[in-house]
Amino acid sequence: MFKQLSSPHAHGPTKTSWVMQQVSLALLPGLAVLTSFYGWGNLINMLLAIIFALGFEAAIMALRKRPVMFYLSDFSAVVTAMLLALSIPPYAPWWVTLIGIFFAIPVAKHLYGGMGFNPFNPAMVGYIVLLISFPVQMVEWAAPRTMTDLPGLGEALSYIFLGIHPPDGVTAATALDLVKQNSGLLMEQLWEQTPQLSTASFASAGSEWVNVAFLLGGLYLLWRKLYTWHAPVAMLATLLLLSAIFYDGGSSASKGSPLFHLFTGATMLGAFFIITDPVSGCTSNRGRLIFGAGVGLLVFIIRAWGNYPDAVAFGVLLMNFAAPLVDYYTQPRVYGHEKRSNVRIHRE
Amino acid sequence: MSQNLTQRIKTAQIWDIPGGIHPPENKAQSLKDPIAEAPLPKQVILPLAMHIGAPAEPLVQVGDKVKTGQMVAEPKGLVSAAIHASISGTVTGIEDRPLAHSSGMSGPCIIIESDNQDDWVDLEPIDNFRDIDPATLVEKVRYAGLAGMGGAGFPTAVKLQPRHTIHTLILNGTECEPYITADHALMRERAEDVIQGALLMAYMVGEPEQILVGIEDNKPDAIEALQKAIDRAGDSRLSQRVFPTKYPSGGEKQLIQILTGKEVKSGGLPADLGILVQNVGSAVAAWEAITQGKPLVSRVTTLVGDALGRQNNYLARIGTPIADLLELAEIDRNKSDRVVVGGPMMGFTLLNDQVPVTKITNCLLVPSLKELPAPPPAQACIRCGLCAEACPASLLPQQLFWYAQVEDHDKLRDYNLFDCIECGACAYVCPSSIPLVQYYRAAKGDIRESEREKVKSDHARLRFEARKERLEKEAEEREAKRKARMEAAKAKQAASDSGKSSDGASDLVAAAMARVKQTSANPEETRLKLERQKKTFEERIEGIEAKIAEAESDDIKAKFSSQLKNTQKKLDGILEKLDSLENTASQEEIAPAPEKDAAAAAIERAKQKSEALAGMSESEKLKSTLASLKSRQEKAAAKVAEAQASGADTLEALKTGLGKIEEKILATEKQLTELGED
Ligand code: SF4
Ligand code: SF4
Repeated sequence: MFKQLSSPHAHGPTKTSWVMQQVSLALLPGLAVLTSFYGWGNLINMLLAIIFALGFEAAIMALRKRPVMFYLSDFSAVVTAMLLALSIPPYAPWWVTLIGIFFAIPVAKHLYGGMGFNPFNPAMVGYIVLLISFPVQMVEWAAPRTMTDLPGLGEALSYIFLGIHPPDGVTAATALDLVKQNSGLLMEQLWEQTPQLSTASFASAGSEWVNVAFLLGGLYLLWRKLYTWHAPVAMLATLLLLSAIFYDGGSSASKGSPLFHLFTGATMLGAFFIITDPVSGCTSNRGRLIFGAGVGLLVFIIRAWGNYPDAVAFGVLLMNFAAPLVDYYTQPRVYGHEKRSNVRIHRE
Repeated sequence: MSQNLTQRIKTAQIWDIPGGIHPPENKAQSLKDPIAEAPLPKQVILPLAMHIGAPAEPLVQVGDKVKTGQMVAEPKGLVSAAIHASISGTVTGIEDRPLAHSSGMSGPCIIIESDNQDDWVDLEPIDNFRDIDPATLVEKVRYAGLAGMGGAGFPTAVKLQPRHTIHTLILNGTECEPYITADHALMRERAEDVIQGALLMAYMVGEPEQILVGIEDNKPDAIEALQKAIDRAGDSRLSQRVFPTKYPSGGEKQLIQILTGKEVKSGGLPADLGILVQNVGSAVAAWEAITQGKPLVSRVTTLVGDALGRQNNYLARIGTPIADLLELAEIDRNKSDRVVVGGPMMGFTLLNDQVPVTKITNCLLVPSLKELPAPPPAQACIRCGLCAEACPASLLPQQLFWYAQVEDHDKLRDYNLFDCIECGACAYVCPSSIPLVQYYRAAKGDIRESEREKVKSDHARLRFEARKERLEKEAEEREAKRKARMEAAKAKQAASDSGKSSDGASDLVAAAMARVKQTSANPEETRLKLERQKKTFEERIEGIEAKIAEAESDDIKAKFSSQLKNTQKKLDGILEKLDSLENTASQEEIAPAPEKDAAAAAIERAKQKSEALAGMSESEKLKSTLASLKSRQEKAAAKVAEAQASGADTLEALKTGLGKIEEKILATEKQLTELGED
């Protein structure tokens, strides 16, 4: 008697858990740069987030009577936790992280059926819930090293765990905020007068290098062929185009330069780590182009005219809504059929 | 490949196919040495169904002495292939034996014990095939037992009788699946026979305008050998097309797309495009069958995998137990836990190795445990879309997977499940190790099953409706006849009335009436009898069709198919008789017409008849349509049976086709009866 197996008997080397590990790995340069510019905050948040995420995941799997280790080892909860921790302000209190993870993993992921079934990106859902519920904690980003002395590890821990509010110098408005709220100043003046911008090398202090790090991580993933270029390129190109159109020569009505938009806020994190999430994105390459362009468009609109400091999370969630529709219209033409099929794409 | 050679290979356009993958090729290990002849087996097991279609019918009995090459089972029905003794010896059994099949099922086999003589029958070589007419050659191929050697096993002769004009003959030398090198070895060692076989096949299908040899660029030695043979052949229609290696380029539909840019319509056949694809192995077999008169008694099989000590291509007699070959290749049974028949992408695992090599066994893969480890347990689908990117048919495997899981048959159809060629590219790339193909196969099986149920109930419904209609018609007919009789009586009265004024006319009319009576009485009875027969035969046909639809195994299906054919033939005979009867009746009845001036009533009568004649020719038209529809139905039914047997993707389309034809038949029959009433 021989062993019975169904074809194919050969399998490609790519495994989901490996994909997730690669994504986590590619996030590390960004984390390092964040830590170097803003202090220990994000690192502590991330460890916390991972612990919370694994805890929730394990509890839910145990409740659903599934093999806990098997599911934990797919690494997807870790990636979600990392993405959320990288988006939360460095010195947000620990319970902010806990609530964020709660909405990301048990709610956005498992209430919708678990891995592969979530229509919305779990990390972004967690982020949006926090932004809406705790605007104070969420809007205060830390000031970069270029503006102030960074708090030490002990101080960081006390801000996060003891509820001690960081002093004013430690937190500061983000550059995106400054540009949005700018009234009357030419871009050049704004740049000279605000340290967030005046101490920057080319876009905005701190955040520019974080974006560079995420860009590099993203290029690594592209090189590894973990996703296709379509969504990130479409998003960045759209953002570039729109910011060029609305730059307005740097007048007081300007929405900021293209370089500024590409290397500020969560642009690169969004482009290479969030809109490339296969579960909540589009299926076909043409669909991914549309998805990416849609996010780029929404990000710019919200940055320029909206009320929230950064727009990537909203842009992604809105496009998550649209993804089924996009998928519907971008189905490939099947061999031997003259027309594209037009059947509803399932996403539950 | 030398520069010179590259130049000689016609630089013609080739097309890319969507998707595809590049798994490790693993071809070198079995190509180090030339094809080795496997020793004569002590016993061969010859399954009666090694091909797609009806199993062959045994011609021998237990105890018979047979010679190598002697036909031991003849093809039964159109889609079937002959089977020959692959060794000389004694028939020791005609019984069920386990077959090389994924289900481990058994089937009838002829078992021959060797006398170690390998004593051949007298062969009848043909020196110049062009002296013989193509149809005869095709018949010879049929009786030489050829069946698609690339793995599909479709009887070669059937493909050589296409319904459409063939303008392009494609020789498939792609062999895109990893590990398998049987065709590769054949092409590099017997390129001449491949090319000559191609020309022979071209002759058999009416000399197409071009003959293309499709081959992947990972076989430089075979390309070179083929090119030399093509140059020597000096036929301008021949050209070799080399294209980049990618799995699954060798799928029939994919190869057509690569070489011509055309796509076979979903549910259609390459012949619809004027294209015929034949495997290179089949070309060699055809060449041997015609020029040497040698039936198909052996084939090249690749034995490969790290668990084998001597990986190579072996020329093995058909029916050799697979265990013999594994021993020959020095299998280390501790190193492996499975034997795959076919390649790693589409092959199936054997339950045990006491099954024979058949005409379609192109590879036996015995991987070591490390070589092709079983996949890890499946994880959730992350909708990464890698499967869709890999699919050569541009399907959305992740959607198919979802709907296969929830068994939504309508959605599966919407997503064109039946266009899936089960190539396994999607499952190969899936990072969550989901056994996608397994799901598709199961879903296809389920759908076919429910389709069968549906056909059954449809048949029942149609039968019921047809019966109802018939009964109504019969009642109407009776009424019409009653009226006609009354009118005839009236006419008689009228005639005898007018006869008072003119005696001669009265005589004529009386004679006419007598004739009318005569012709209508006897033939009417015959006609009714025939109609009754027609009815019973029609019912019988319906019954048989229902049985075919229900039949579980191929041989039962085949049995009913031939029954169906016989019944249909009888029905055709009855229809013919009916036809001729009505013709003579109308001719006789028209006879009184010339005596126009005889009587007003007779004129009236004659008028009616001539009108009837006009109606008759119309009904003849309908009848001939009906006859051709019936023969089309027969063919379609055979095709459905075939597709069912092979699990071909075209099944669905074929079934719809059959349904349409049947509808048309019903409609025509209805028209016909209506016409008969007027
Ligand atoms: S490759 Fe596997 S995990 Fe990815 S979409 Fe297809 S089925 Fe899902
Ligand atoms: S097995 Fe079917 S669905 Fe999967 S890649 Fe091949 S054709 Fe596409």
